[in-house]
Amino acid sequence: MSLKSVLRAPVRHALIGLTVVPVLTGTALAQVFDPTTFELDNGMQVVVIENHRAPVVTHMVWYKAGAADEPAGKSGIAHYLEHLMFKGTKTRVPGEFSKIVAELGGQENAFTSQDYTAYFQKIAPENLATMMELEADRMTNLTLTDEIIEPERKVILEERRSRTDNNPRALLSEQVSAATYLNHPYRLPVIGWAHEIETLTRADLEDFYGTWYAPNNAILVVSGDVDPKEVHELAKKYYGVISPRKLPPRVRPAEPEQLAPRDVVMRDARVEQPSWSRRYIAPSYSAGETKHAYALEILSEILGGGTTARIYRSLVVDDALAASAGAWYSPGDLDLTTFGFWFSPRPGVEMSEVEAALDVQVSALLKDGVSADELKRAQQRLIDGAVFARDSVGGPARVFGAALSTGETVADVEAWPDRIRAVTVDDVNAAARAVFDMRRATTGVLLPAQEGATPDAGEKRERKS
Amino acid sequence: MSIRLAPKCLAAVLAAPLLAATFFMSPSPARAMDIQSVVSDGGIEAWLVEDHSLPIVSLRFLFPGGAATDPDGREGLANMVSGLLDEGAGDMDSQTFQARLADQSISLSFDASLDTFSGNLKTLSRNRDEAFDLLRLALSEPRFDDDAVERIRTQILTGIAARANDPGRIANEAFWAATFRGHPYARPPVGTPESVAAITVDDLRDFVSGRIARDNLIVGVVGDVTPGELKALLDSSFGALPEKARPFDLPKTDPGAAGEVIVVQKDNPQARVIFGQRGLYRDDPDYYAALVLNHILGGGSFTSRLYEEVREKRGLAYSVYSYLLPMEFAALWLGGAGTENGAVSVSIDLIRKQWANIRSFGVTQEELDKAKANLTGSFGLRFDNSSSIAGLLVAVQQRGLGIDYVNNRNSLIDQVTLEGVNEVARRILDPDALTVVVVGKPENIDATHTIREDG
Repeated sequence: MSLKSVLRAPVRHALIGLTVVPVLTGTALAQVFDPTTFELDNGMQVVVIENHRAPVVTHMVWYKAGAADEPAGKSGIAHYLEHLMFKGTKTRVPGEFSKIVAELGGQENAFTSQDYTAYFQKIAPENLATMMELEADRMTNLTLTDEIIEPERKVILEERRSRTDNNPRALLSEQVSAATYLNHPYRLPVIGWAHEIETLTRADLEDFYGTWYAPNNAILVVSGDVDPKEVHELAKKYYGVISPRKLPPRVRPAEPEQLAPRDVVMRDARVEQPSWSRRYIAPSYSAGETKHAYALEILSEILGGGTTARIYRSLVVDDALAASAGAWYSPGDLDLTTFGFWFSPRPGVEMSEVEAALDVQVSALLKDGVSADELKRAQQRLIDGAVFARDSVGGPARVFGAALSTGETVADVEAWPDRIRAVTVDDVNAAARAVFDMRRATTGVLLPAQEGATPDAGEKRERKS
Repeated sequence: MSIRLAPKCLAAVLAAPLLAATFFMSPSPARAMDIQSVVSDGGIEAWLVEDHSLPIVSLRFLFPGGAATDPDGREGLANMVSGLLDEGAGDMDSQTFQARLADQSISLSFDASLDTFSGNLKTLSRNRDEAFDLLRLALSEPRFDDDAVERIRTQILTGIAARANDPGRIANEAFWAATFRGHPYARPPVGTPESVAAITVDDLRDFVSGRIARDNLIVGVVGDVTPGELKALLDSSFGALPEKARPFDLPKTDPGAAGEVIVVQKDNPQARVIFGQRGLYRDDPDYYAALVLNHILGGGSFTSRLYEEVREKRGLAYSVYSYLLPMEFAALWLGGAGTENGAVSVSIDLIRKQWANIRSFGVTQEELDKAKANLTGSFGLRFDNSSSIAGLLVAVQQRGLGIDYVNNRNSLIDQVTLEGVNEVARRILDPDALTVVVVGKPENIDATHTIREDG
């Protein structure tokens, strides 16, 4: 991506991980990965993607439990627990896991989203068994003490300060999410509200662990230079011996009918470049009018897929009102997702003027629809993207882990190019008309502290006497 | 091109991956990487790793001479060129050119770091000829149409404004301004609002004609292309470039501001801390010992001493790290942390203490063995996709490490001894020489300089 994406839209479901390693978010790029799949006797799902280009394996375990599965009033548990999973177990002291992985030359991390929590290591193939042994151990044997959880609470509060509090755009994004969902827990930040992180107890963490961390709620994904038969044997040996648990139904509070648009305007002294976004509640692959999901992916490409897409071309190139602009849609949520637009105005241009120009584009879309040519070009780019997705060991593992954690199947992932190819102009237009309803829209505006505030004149250096 | 607005040290790390400690992780590749040197009929050399398992070709290219060569008053020129080469070329205006790329799923991007100007091309095999031709046009016949220039200029300026109060950016700029005062490295690679506003189309053309040429071109290619096919493609893309680049010379410099503690007063809830001192050049005989030492000090992500002391034991920071940054004209040993304002003072003390401790007492044999195991074990794991391998091929050529380097690199790590590591710790690490920059409202800190905002 080029400069055009520097002011990228706030992404609601930003995954947060143990360290500041960027992780993939956004549209799942799948295609025919041709995986081998099986299920262990205890209900653990296993997906193996062979890739023999390099002697590398990515080993991942995904739990179908994320921030949106936390009890009310206790935001942040899923992510806090993710950090604590790197501490000790009944037989391993805190930090031992990471030291073993490091000695083997492995790389590891973990991340938490609204819908899942995932742990992974990238290692040489001969170390796969060791990774399974360690990962299976912490699936059931985690030990938590106050000495372990208290320093980590401080780390997480620092993470929150670093990720969110230090960044006005991240703060606004949190406020906009809280307004976008009236009832569903996607309204809460994955990392949690600071005042709730401060009061989470060891019992809260142990309850969440005891409820959701079980083989029958987990997906093992192994990608790379492996033989599926050998992976099956190892999986049986290490994960297959863990007893399944009775799982509660995964039911979140549902959204009521949304009847009124919401505007969230935040002013912050740290802001010198305003920005704007609007999110419409939208179906995902798994929730709402799911038949629209693939058409919405194509619509997102037509509207926001780079510098030749409608939004950038009209607002940034032709009208020269915005410095940057685009659209996004993330279909891979277990529950209702959003379709969003964003822009950053050119200096001297009123926010309302750019917003009006965007409204003209949306109205024109609803009235005239997309063209057959636009559809065909967007389909080709998306389907080509699925070929590029194979040029990776970890990427395909993430695609399957995320899909299986959010209600999709392996067959759904494999059928993705065909489903994209099958979308018609009428499908795209129907999806647009179903989603772009202002009663289901939340607009977020980020502005400097006061009207007409001038950019920082520079910093004055003072010598200490 | 997302790095163009990144703090300069980050930009340098990303643009020259071999320079970063984190990129050096590795195993003895269980399988040797088969790198071929391909020379076209026109005399253009590229290193190639053939791989026909996917219908994809990745190409990376690099020209020495980046933002550090920007003329005074035109800071941000190299960066601006990198945003404009794909904004119209030959008889195609910006939208036409961009549509040709998009409709054939071709990724083409350019980057400017302090020391280099580089680019990446990635394409499906079926569009390979077209992709290489678009690259030729971008490098040889960029248009710099007025509307495109003003659009990209606006994007750069709004990008600068968007990051104006970002603590990480402020910390980096303050650090580099202080340590390289009077040297081009002191200047932000993206430029300032004033310098970006001053850049003209003539400046842009001058950069292209001066920096982009055959004699300083470095190319790495990975994927679905044979040596014979590549020869023709190299001549197609690069054959039309001028033969020689304009020479440039910058002085080598040691970082200054040793021992200074610079506080930039800002109202952020978490203070951003950057610290650093003189490091080692890439061709320093102790470079590999320093790499191992740094892994133990602050490079190993969940196992380093800094991680253990600052984060794991005390929960003072989410992120704390150190890394080596050898550049063309200076070498740094850098680190960073983010911590609440009340804990800045104790965190800096802890970091200095680790610095002092490892210098005075060295590392243990066990630490050394584990660090070497990680550095050798993880090296090959990084090269599991075509883009990362293309990046490796270019970085190895850039540093003059030789075509055997990739397959020999782990033995260089294995040869590092305890004495060697402890010697380099004594020679280089100096807690009193650390330059520390804090952006925030730190408490109980003894600053040598305080920078306040106007008004």
